[in-house]
Amino acid sequence: MVGCTAQEILTMTHKSPLVIIGAGPAGLAAADVAGRLGIDTIVLDDQKSAGGQIYRGLSDIGDNLLKVLGPEYKSGRELVSGLEHASVTWKPQATVWQITEDGTVYYSDPTGSSYLQSEQVILATGALERPMPFPGWTLPGVMTAGGIQIALKTAGLTPEGEFVLVGSGPLLLLLTRQVLNAGGKITALIETTPRQNSFRALKYFPGMLKSRELLRSGIQLTGVIRKHGIPHYRHASSLTAVGKEKVEGLQFRSGGRMHELGCSVLGIHIGVVPNIQISRHLNLSHDWQPVQHCWYPRTGPCGETELSWLRIAGDGRGIFGAKAAELQGTLAAWSAIVSLDKTDQSGAKEMIQITKEKLLPLSSARPFIDCLYAPSQEFLTPADETIVCRCEEVSAGDIRSYVDLGCTGPNQTKSFGRPGMGPCQGRYCGLVVSELIADQRQVPVSEVGYYRIRPPIKPVTLAELASLHKQGM
Amino acid sequence: MASVFRFSRSINRDTRLVSIQFENQVIEAREGETIAAALLANGIDFTRKTPVNGQARAPFCMVGTCFECLMEVDQIPNLQACMIEVQEGMVVGRMYGPRNPDDDT
Amino acid sequence: MESEFAIVGGGILGISIAWGLQRIGRDVMVIDEGDFAFRASRGNFGLVWVQGKGDGLPDYTRWTLRSASLWPDFADELEDTTGIKLELSQPGGIDFCLSNDEAENAVARLSGIRDSLSIDYPFEYIENTELRKLTPEIGPDVVGGTYCPKDGHVNPLYLLRALYTDFQSRGGRVVNGVSVDKIKQENSGFRLSGGVEMFAQKVVLCAGLGNRKLGEMVGLNVPVEPNRGQIMICERVIPFMRYPSVQIRQVGEGAVQIGDSKENVGFDDRTSPEVISRIARRAIKIYPLLSHLRTIRTWAALRVMSPDGFPIYQQSDAHPGAYVVTCHSGITLAAIHALVLTRWIGGEDQPKNLESFSGKRFSI
Repeated sequence: MVGCTAQEILTMTHKSPLVIIGAGPAGLAAADVAGRLGIDTIVLDDQKSAGGQIYRGLSDIGDNLLKVLGPEYKSGRELVSGLEHASVTWKPQATVWQITEDGTVYYSDPTGSSYLQSEQVILATGALERPMPFPGWTLPGVMTAGGIQIALKTAGLTPEGEFVLVGSGPLLLLLTRQVLNAGGKITALIETTPRQNSFRALKYFPGMLKSRELLRSGIQLTGVIRKHGIPHYRHASSLTAVGKEKVEGLQFRSGGRMHELGCSVLGIHIGVVPNIQISRHLNLSHDWQPVQHCWYPRTGPCGETELSWLRIAGDGRGIFGAKAAELQGTLAAWSAIVSLDKTDQSGAKEMIQITKEKLLPLSSARPFIDCLYAPSQEFLTPADETIVCRCEEVSAGDIRSYVDLGCTGPNQTKSFGRPGMGPCQGRYCGLVVSELIADQRQVPVSEVGYYRIRPPIKPVTLAELASLHKQGM
Repeated sequence: MASVFRFSRSINRDTRLVSIQFENQVIEAREGETIAAALLANGIDFTRKTPVNGQARAPFCMVGTCFECLMEVDQIPNLQACMIEVQEGMVVGRMYGPRNPDDDT
Repeated sequence: MESEFAIVGGGILGISIAWGLQRIGRDVMVIDEGDFAFRASRGNFGLVWVQGKGDGLPDYTRWTLRSASLWPDFADELEDTTGIKLELSQPGGIDFCLSNDEAENAVARLSGIRDSLSIDYPFEYIENTELRKLTPEIGPDVVGGTYCPKDGHVNPLYLLRALYTDFQSRGGRVVNGVSVDKIKQENSGFRLSGGVEMFAQKVVLCAGLGNRKLGEMVGLNVPVEPNRGQIMICERVIPFMRYPSVQIRQVGEGAVQIGDSKENVGFDDRTSPEVISRIARRAIKIYPLLSHLRTIRTWAALRVMSPDGFPIYQQSDAHPGAYVVTCHSGITLAAIHALVLTRWIGGEDQPKNLESFSGKRFSI
């Protein structure tokens, strides 16, 4: 039933036992489980093709690009077939903008807004790149490493001219390799991982050793960088992107002195964090992760949440990577199916047990990676002149001044100066604003909290909102 | 001195060539790519001026999260250029500050 | 912590009172809750509104009119001292009517208010064709509207920030993240506690819905109830809307704000798609061009409503020195609260007919 139109869905009484939001590894794996059992399922994703950002563009990729992106990317191919089951309806370009506490899912697609009533929902909305604010990061030409990777995956593009990559984390290194494979040039790789992270991470190294695959690809990457003779700076700090109308260079400190490199594209990255917009707007509990410096929604072993009909799977639940996301999607699906009471319960419980066991080794490397790539303090509590809310152009200094006026949390600073009120709904400032307030107040971030996320999760026209009425609401 | 902010078509994708109109110039794009990608490949170095302080901004996240690539597409203002694929004859323009109230009617 | 006055509640009402008291030389401390408190000040619509206020209590109409006329000076003073532009504009406002019934009711209500007053109460009913000359973008479904030249709007969030900025730069103290749960009279004043202990000679309850419980501790009957209003805000648009209305206004930065609903749903400040959809439909009928605008955010906040909808200003008989100040028009009344009501609380002089607002009217 691939390519069902919105009108068809509308006439289908708006009901589906299972709704999956997000067609990345977790969502696709969940759809596959449901599809095999013939359970009516609707999969929504805001992109045109399935695969999530990790396997973006996979369905219509050419062999030459496939080679560039490497074997990990190719492994997503099988997953997409999860949508081919007869009982699974795939809805591309469908942006979920609200879920109410009775499990009704409101979404918008090119034909307008609509809603679905569901018995069970699996949220698989993945990760976002962590904001990496420093002076000048709003200049044209400064892009996230993930964004540059999407340009490569979907259009075969690599930056022309002087291209500098700065930050930390596995994705930064993976992009380095992919750009080089594609014949692109990299002017310099600048890692901002603080020196002390390596010492702190050391005790988790045995866990990393259990994950041979990760270790091998890490070693390979280092080799690739050396082979291409790319200038490689480490423990960099005090970043400033310079330029008038667009980025022209990067200033930074490394090895005890300041450097300035010219660049026309500056790729930045300091890891990924769960996309919690939907779980936040449902007022679910979230726990602060002091090492990863981000929030994880509170979930049970199969992704269960405080709402009996909602499970979360994949990186949206906590960052464990694509392979773990698949298994979590499987787990969440079996667990939802048990709740739906549509299958042999003991068989489902056995599948849950087997999947849990497979998941275990995949998390062994995480403590090491999380600790090694913990973000540097200068991006958590940036210098005063740094814009932290890109939409409303609110600086770190502004946030600090609102705290001095008496704001204790991000919802008060929002009232005082509009950070988080723009169209991105705080996706690119929320973590930073909370950190800044906590730092200024000298209290833990967990005490400061996060924005109250209000619907719509993505902007939706007044006409669409008004039209819900005609649909029998 | 730094060169222009532009992306190269390093990997040839064998999709159909399409022409889109960008602010009185015709630029070439490949079917299947987003407007934002096409603009990067054509060296269009900013996509909007902010309604707050008039700062120039350009595609940043490419996945629909940051809203920096808001553009006018076929007369509809404030659309995310990284979320829409190019189509032959599409007319794309930058956003300069806030939108007009009566556009898109 | 000690002070002459403790203001319990740091919303727009509390900070207006605190700022005004400090302005006449009092020593003031504001005690405010944390980030997740129910905050009407954070969710309100931003109108400085006269039209329709005081149906059933002429003194409230007069009080509102006087506040609206105090607003320009009040805003000027705050802008001068803080440099924060409050975006005050009082071009008059329109209440749109979408049916003849609505129009008749609106006119009857405003005429009734006018007839109950001895002072000038300007308003006129304008039919669609004439109304178009004032605001050309209205749609054919608008039968007409009542226009009152005294109405206006302001940026309520900048007002809040300006009051905080000025209050503190003049030495006012703010205690944050404290929920006062106990007030006890001692010989020379009141001991307040909520994790920390505070003492003040006088206490002013400005805690919104929290006043009900706090009032009992100092012999004040404050029968306030929550009333939910839902609001939505659209993307920024080049300024086009010349007049604010009860339903729609274009805010200073260009965004269009649309409200509102009145719902008795208890302490629930979530939004509901049904109500938001209804608000959207009505807004499109008033200004059809809004249909293409994108909604960036919706929210709900709880109004602080007394049984008759009017403010409660009262000093406790049993515990002199304890005051309650509560209303659901904290923005409109901010000027008169800050400049006039504080003279009464500060012991300087009492405004005429203040007893009309005593909470005693509810205790029969």
